[in-house]
Amino acid sequence: MTTNGWLQIALYFLVLLALTKPMGSYLTLVFDRRRTWLDPVLNPIERVVYRLTGIDADEEMRWTQYLAAMLIFSAATLLLTYIVERAQAVLPFNPQHLPGVEPWLAWNTAVSFTTNTNWQAYTPETTMSYFTQMFGLATHNFWSAAVGLALAVAFIRGISRREMKTLGSFWVDMTRGILWVLAPISIVFALALVSQGVVQNLRSYDTAKVVEAQKSTTTGADGKSSTTIISTQTIAQGPVASQEAIKMLGTNGGGFFNANSAHPFENPTPFSNFLQMLSIFLIPAGLTVMLGQMTSSPKHGWAVFAAMAILWFGGVAACYWAESHATPVLAATSSQVSPLQSGGNMEGKETRFGIANSTLFATITTDASCGAVNAMHDSFTPLGGMIPMVNILLGEIVFGGVGAGMYGMLIFVIVAVFIAGLMVGRTPEYLGKKIEAYDIQMAMLYLLIFPLIIKGFTAIAVLAPTFGLSSLTNHGPHGLSEILYAYTSATGNNGSAFAGLNANTHWYNASLGVAMFAGRFLMLIPMLAIAGNLAAKKSVPATAGTFPVTTPLFTTLLTGVILIVGALTFFPVLSLGPVLEHLLMRAGQSF
Amino acid sequence: MSTFENKNRRSLLDPQIMRRASVDALLKLNPKSMMKNPVMFVVEVGSVLTTVMLLRDSLRHQGHFGFDLQITLWLWFTVLFANFAEAMAEGRGKAQADALRRAKSETTAYRIGKNGLEEIPSSQLRAGDVVRVVAGQMIPGDGDVIEGVASVDESAITGESAPVIREAGGDRSSVTGGTRVLSDVITIRITSNPGETFIDRMIALVEGAERQKTPNEIALNILLAGLTIIFLLAVVTLQPFAIYSGAPQTAFVLISLLVCLIPTTIGGLLSAIGIAGMDRLVQHNVLATSGRAVEAAGDVNTLLLDKTGTITMGNRQASEFVPAPGVSSDQLADAAQLSSLPDETPEGRSIVVLAKERYGLRGREFAELNAQFIPFSATTRMSGLDMDGRSIRKGAVDAIAAYLVELGSSLPAEVRAAVDVIARSGGTPLVVAENGHALGVIHLKDVVKGGMKERFAQLRAMGIRTVMITGDNPLTAAAIAREAGLDDFLAEAKPKDKMDLIRREQAEGKLVAMTGDGTNDAPALAQADVGVAMNSGTQAAKEAGNMVDLDSDPTKLIEIVAIGKQLLMTRGALTTFSISNDVAKYFAIIPAMFAGVFPVLNALNVMHLHSPESAILSAVIFNALIIIALIPLALRGVSYKAMSAAALLQKNLLVYGLGGIIVPFIGIKAIDIIITAIHLA
Repeated sequence: MTTNGWLQIALYFLVLLALTKPMGSYLTLVFDRRRTWLDPVLNPIERVVYRLTGIDADEEMRWTQYLAAMLIFSAATLLLTYIVERAQAVLPFNPQHLPGVEPWLAWNTAVSFTTNTNWQAYTPETTMSYFTQMFGLATHNFWSAAVGLALAVAFIRGISRREMKTLGSFWVDMTRGILWVLAPISIVFALALVSQGVVQNLRSYDTAKVVEAQKSTTTGADGKSSTTIISTQTIAQGPVASQEAIKMLGTNGGGFFNANSAHPFENPTPFSNFLQMLSIFLIPAGLTVMLGQMTSSPKHGWAVFAAMAILWFGGVAACYWAESHATPVLAATSSQVSPLQSGGNMEGKETRFGIANSTLFATITTDASCGAVNAMHDSFTPLGGMIPMVNILLGEIVFGGVGAGMYGMLIFVIVAVFIAGLMVGRTPEYLGKKIEAYDIQMAMLYLLIFPLIIKGFTAIAVLAPTFGLSSLTNHGPHGLSEILYAYTSATGNNGSAFAGLNANTHWYNASLGVAMFAGRFLMLIPMLAIAGNLAAKKSVPATAGTFPVTTPLFTTLLTGVILIVGALTFFPVLSLGPVLEHLLMRAGQSF
Repeated sequence: MSTFENKNRRSLLDPQIMRRASVDALLKLNPKSMMKNPVMFVVEVGSVLTTVMLLRDSLRHQGHFGFDLQITLWLWFTVLFANFAEAMAEGRGKAQADALRRAKSETTAYRIGKNGLEEIPSSQLRAGDVVRVVAGQMIPGDGDVIEGVASVDESAITGESAPVIREAGGDRSSVTGGTRVLSDVITIRITSNPGETFIDRMIALVEGAERQKTPNEIALNILLAGLTIIFLLAVVTLQPFAIYSGAPQTAFVLISLLVCLIPTTIGGLLSAIGIAGMDRLVQHNVLATSGRAVEAAGDVNTLLLDKTGTITMGNRQASEFVPAPGVSSDQLADAAQLSSLPDETPEGRSIVVLAKERYGLRGREFAELNAQFIPFSATTRMSGLDMDGRSIRKGAVDAIAAYLVELGSSLPAEVRAAVDVIARSGGTPLVVAENGHALGVIHLKDVVKGGMKERFAQLRAMGIRTVMITGDNPLTAAAIAREAGLDDFLAEAKPKDKMDLIRREQAEGKLVAMTGDGTNDAPALAQADVGVAMNSGTQAAKEAGNMVDLDSDPTKLIEIVAIGKQLLMTRGALTTFSISNDVAKYFAIIPAMFAGVFPVLNALNVMHLHSPESAILSAVIFNALIIIALIPLALRGVSYKAMSAAALLQKNLLVYGLGGIIVPFIGIKAIDIIITAIHLA
């Protein structure tokens, strides 16, 4: 760990902090349908959208209608993407003449992008045409982020509204989310990325001569070994910057290239790296301020922000600390290893980012449901790699995915407020709304679905040598971590991967698809049910007997509840995975 | 104040109750009743499973019999301890119900029929019957006195041995079956049918037979059931991960882990806490018709308090004499005292006392004075006396003014000014005149009960607004409200105003509590979220409210609020404690499960427990014993002092949250040392 590294982490937080209030205030204006400075340009577009789609912008929806609209929209776009993938061979913008995508993978990918997961069981540059990337996938980056944003807005309205049956209009929230928030920021951001060297073209791939030809010897199935000499390399191209911007801003994380944000065409400089990290947290952090403003309790928004910031910092500090130490196995074998590795574990990391920015990126991308990576999490030390996994297992509520992080966090707030309310001797209230049996029932359902999917699928996979374990390249506790990470990432709609697991098999494509699907849509139902139920409630005025949700004490309680629930749920499996691997590594055994 | 020292109060751990509870704990193993408590039901199912496996293994000579047997036994103990806690909580109520049943024993009723008095057994009385009860007889059923006045011993239900007066008309007309008339004769109209009497209801309540889960209890149960499922999931999926890792576990170990993780501490004590909360109310001589009402009491935002009897002593007292010009204070005091000697009202007596204390005038015996008393009448609105050519009158200012005019005199301007000053300050002026001349003014003042100001300050700290209801004019009301430290007042209140105030508060989402005793209070009592009727009040009031205070003490509301809060706090605190405990249990059990195959995992054995067997056993034993250890806390409730919610939470989080993390580390280690020392593992 270096002072320089800590300063960069501090700088990141300060810039984020400075942007949070303006971003949040802007979001409030957009979703309250109040005036913004972009109105002259966007109002006419909005009107055209509604006229073309026949949407009545003033029609309010109950939670069930909101849910139905959201599901219909997601199903339609999912199907569209599936068709585009399958038919890409006959569609335009396919200079590499890539064939249609195989059905299982197409299903997996369509679900993946619809659910804001962006899990990629394929290598994009050899699988997806430019048309598929732009029309099938990049559009989903906007849509799925806007859907998440709309859901968070609906939930917050549930808290702030009194004795109302409706939560707003899904179509309006989503349209405004794209037009006012995602599109304008993406345009500016994409241009900034281009200035750093991110490519943006529709050319066919370049071929370059390598400086020094490489010999590659492979053993064929017949036992004969053949040698090939590699003298050229293919350099993939594409409309990267436009997709990169929304990939980060919408916490999607699906890379244009397989190497994702470690690829120099996606993320060329430390500054582009900084912007990418910032854009992941930009909207989620702003949502805390919007929460405060919409519920007329600005301090509550900041109290939630503080809980998120504490959990974020804990993660970064632990991950940075773990990665700053060379693995003891290497350190013991050669005295030269440690100095060469810049004092830590550089395996799987880009030298232009270094350890501090790699661990910061890994923490942020898993705190949020982004899943973009600029370093290989599989190559982290066991404890360093456990941090991203734990971040997702906590529910990606540390700022979290666009919208999804906010409503996930609010579920924890409800549980925390319930326990706190009992401890102060009152029927628990959250910002004036009584938290009753129905709300707790739905909140517990939300909290239950998540570990059920993750641990259920992981348990099946580790018991199945034929379809589960055969995909593993590593065994022992690391193998367990790889499978656990895959289902965690899919269910959490993160999309980052512990490499080392071949996930492009029928079993993994199908089961991870189900996990992504359930992790998004199944969990939404109880969440929206709570929102609808809260909106209909009377508001009780706050008194000295009401537990305040604006204080450091609340922040402490909320953080504690998140950590305890997370730890109690996942401690056993983590102790057989990364913790055991770490202890074995200290004893000199690696996997 | 409340009768803490009545005979209803039993020791928390009465040996007789404990014996009975031990038997009940076994009876409660019936799965039908266990199913109501999902957490403990899971433990019972686990216990049955381990028992079956233990038998199977012992027949096949497999397994570690000693270890497996101990685990099985402790799992059963866990269930039994939880049942014992519930039985303990019910025990006190049952003991009380037995006492009440004795009071209910069959008596003979003398019904007034067409042919005069008929002798019938009390069990045949129906609502509407009219009975007559003479001194020494038991009142055969609930009803209202319609004729006569009598002193009644109500100790059977209130525990208070001093007799109370019950009389026809007014707000002290209701009598309860099973109480005894000590003097005189009364005629009673019976108001309830057999089986529906007050004592029947009371028996059902204290026994907990009618206990229904309260809203917060239901919500908490859902939370606990949800956590149980989450832990069930964690344990069930742990076996595949263990098999993958090459370290499969026995069912005994897995069930032990499950039972340790699920919130058995709060699950086992939850119903005991609820029953004990109701019981605490009974100890305070308050009967609640439902647990819901007790919970609502903890949530109250606004407390409506009648001025008379609650905030003030109930009657005005003389506080000073203001003489007219040219009249000495002694003269005025002398006349005031004389006129009040035969006046038996509290006001009258207070004038005599003030004259004696302030002006050294000894009380004289009216009988020795050879004077004629002129009592208060609605037409003259004055009282006084005539003696030895002195004619003294006292009364309200306009009555005396009219009287003076009649005698050809008038009220001096200075006296009128003094009257205004007193009225403005919230007092009641009484003018004294002798032989047609005004002597001065007596200042009658409402006296606020001692200690009320402090209690209202406590309520404010708890976030509860106090509103005084009074028939006085706004001036008087404001003065008293200020003196007593109330937040607000409703002056010149008619029953409808009270009702409107309650509705207004409720429309803002607030919960309102009030007390009342009269028939005209009934609608407001019914409308309020917590309506406490005085036992001395009318049947209508008692039926409209959702609680009855047997002591008829209106300030009891404050205790009721505290009991309601304490009930919820105890649940919250033990939930937090229970969940926090799991951290230590993980550190005991997880390394024990896997250190055999992966010795490096011993690094997680931070308590340095002796062996895997002793570690698991210690965690299971701790988990069972903590239920027993916390029974007194569950029955007594966590300590509650009036303070803001933020301060309370901070305190409880430290004690039960942080304490809940630390205590089991110490407890499990201690048990490990003991069972290792005596070679149990």
